[in-house]
Amino acid sequence: MYSEKVIEHFSHPRNVGEIENPSGTGTVGNPKCGDIMKMDIRVENGVITDVRFKTFGCGAAIATSSMATEMVKGKTIEEALRLTNQAVAEALDGLPPVKMHCSMLAEEAIHAAIEDYQRRQAAGEAE
Amino acid sequence: MNSRKGTARALDIPARSCYNANVKSHLMAGNYPAERKRNHMDRIYLDNAATTAVAPAVLESMLPYFTEIYGNPSSVHAEGRGARKAIENARRQTAAAIGAASPQEIYFTGGGSESDNWAIKGAAFANRKKGNHIITTAVEHHAVLHTCAWLEKQGFRVTYLPVDGEGRVTAQQVADAICDDTILITVMTANNEIGTLMPIAEIGEIARSRKILFHTDAVQAVGAIPLNVQELKVDMLSMSAHKFHGPKGVGALYVRKGIRLDPLIHGGAQERGQRAGTENLPGIVGLGAAITLATENLTGKAARIAALRDRLMDGILSRIPDVRVNGPREGRLPNNCNVSVRYIEGESMLLRLDLAGISASSGSACTSGSLDPSHVLLAIGLPHEVAHGSLRFTLSEATTEAEIDTVLDTLPGIVADLRAMSVLNANTTTVSDETFVCPRK
Repeated sequence: MYSEKVIEHFSHPRNVGEIENPSGTGTVGNPKCGDIMKMDIRVENGVITDVRFKTFGCGAAIATSSMATEMVKGKTIEEALRLTNQAVAEALDGLPPVKMHCSMLAEEAIHAAIEDYQRRQAAGEAE
Repeated sequence: MNSRKGTARALDIPARSCYNANVKSHLMAGNYPAERKRNHMDRIYLDNAATTAVAPAVLESMLPYFTEIYGNPSSVHAEGRGARKAIENARRQTAAAIGAASPQEIYFTGGGSESDNWAIKGAAFANRKKGNHIITTAVEHHAVLHTCAWLEKQGFRVTYLPVDGEGRVTAQQVADAICDDTILITVMTANNEIGTLMPIAEIGEIARSRKILFHTDAVQAVGAIPLNVQELKVDMLSMSAHKFHGPKGVGALYVRKGIRLDPLIHGGAQERGQRAGTENLPGIVGLGAAITLATENLTGKAARIAALRDRLMDGILSRIPDVRVNGPREGRLPNNCNVSVRYIEGESMLLRLDLAGISASSGSACTSGSLDPSHVLLAIGLPHEVAHGSLRFTLSEATTEAEIDTVLDTLPGIVADLRAMSVLNANTTTVSDETFVCPRK
């Protein structure tokens, strides 16, 4: 049911871990639904220079986390905000229909981390 | 093109071994060859509660009934009589295996789900004038639960008894739930997920003394533990051939003599007018052969399997921290091991095990296609995230100690890898559901 690319990312996930003092961090999901995704980003001059994830979830959740980190690394904040769940799913050669919510979670985790970064920026400027 | 004459001998039948090259390539199709570390010969199949391999002797018993003795059992000619004889033989074998008083108490069906549907709907509608209350448990198979839910829509009232932390109801709970209009009690013999054995004989005693019909879904129990329908005092018992090394798509319902059920499938007069449709002749022959084989020396076989299961369960508990056993240690199916591995999710473990050549199962939502984890694991009181981390290994007679040891060598590394990747750990276990937003609708 999974593409070889999903299995490849699941077996060898990229960018696993956490960033010490991240520029932004976001956690989405719910233990009730069985998926929780946490993304840390480091932003330098408006560019995401590092991104790390930790995920509690199924194979698709881990694979989409991995793929999403690869897709936003080196991108500007504006570019990263344009990341869609369809793009993540397509990059993995598709997901089974029941697993599409996992790609949604990856998109939301990236967005949550960026929003957190922007909040911190705004708070810093206000001080 | 005259090489196919339509007889078993003319066909290229992979008789003696279920592990020939042909079967192997079919099994590999749809997998991920690049990631495979084992071929089919080496795979460790520990999902026997889902289904079992057809035993070679069972397959052999079935083969003549595809191409040589292929008559319609309802026909009067020699081909028909041969087929009829085979079906009645299977009926005798099945009756003997479960201690039925007469072969006439066995009805062949299309499988366990059909047997459950027929027993419950058939009993409910046949007794509608007497009452409309049904008692069952919260941990039944969906073939029972969804049938009861459908009956509720038809105006029946259903009590779903809660279970204790090990998945058990007591006979007292059943007795207390009985009302004047109770017409049916249906309680599974053994739970398919966590292996819990229910007090069937005690419930049977109560049902019989209160003159209420008692059905049990014994799909997981037949061939796993010795069963005697007369000792258990059950009125109806569902079974399914593919759970005990028989073929898929065939089952049986034991209906005690004198009990009247409304038919589920209407049509011809097969199965004494109770279940229409031309009989699945090879399947029924296979069921008869399989149930005979499975119940031979069952006590000894069950003890051997239980010892291997305990080796697996104890091994997991000693090698992996933060693991709990789901279901009881005593009073459970000999072949069932169900554990929850905290902080990680079941499907990801299954995938990693699969890549390592080990087949298991999980009660996580991600394996059920729904949003919720297994209703059984929730019913025994597990929090959602612990239910999502469940792993079920179900052994068979073919399971070896070496296979169990391979699982014990493989699983700790998989768990460690996934835990290193997980956002949950010992410090986040009290994470409240409100902390996170669930994107799923």
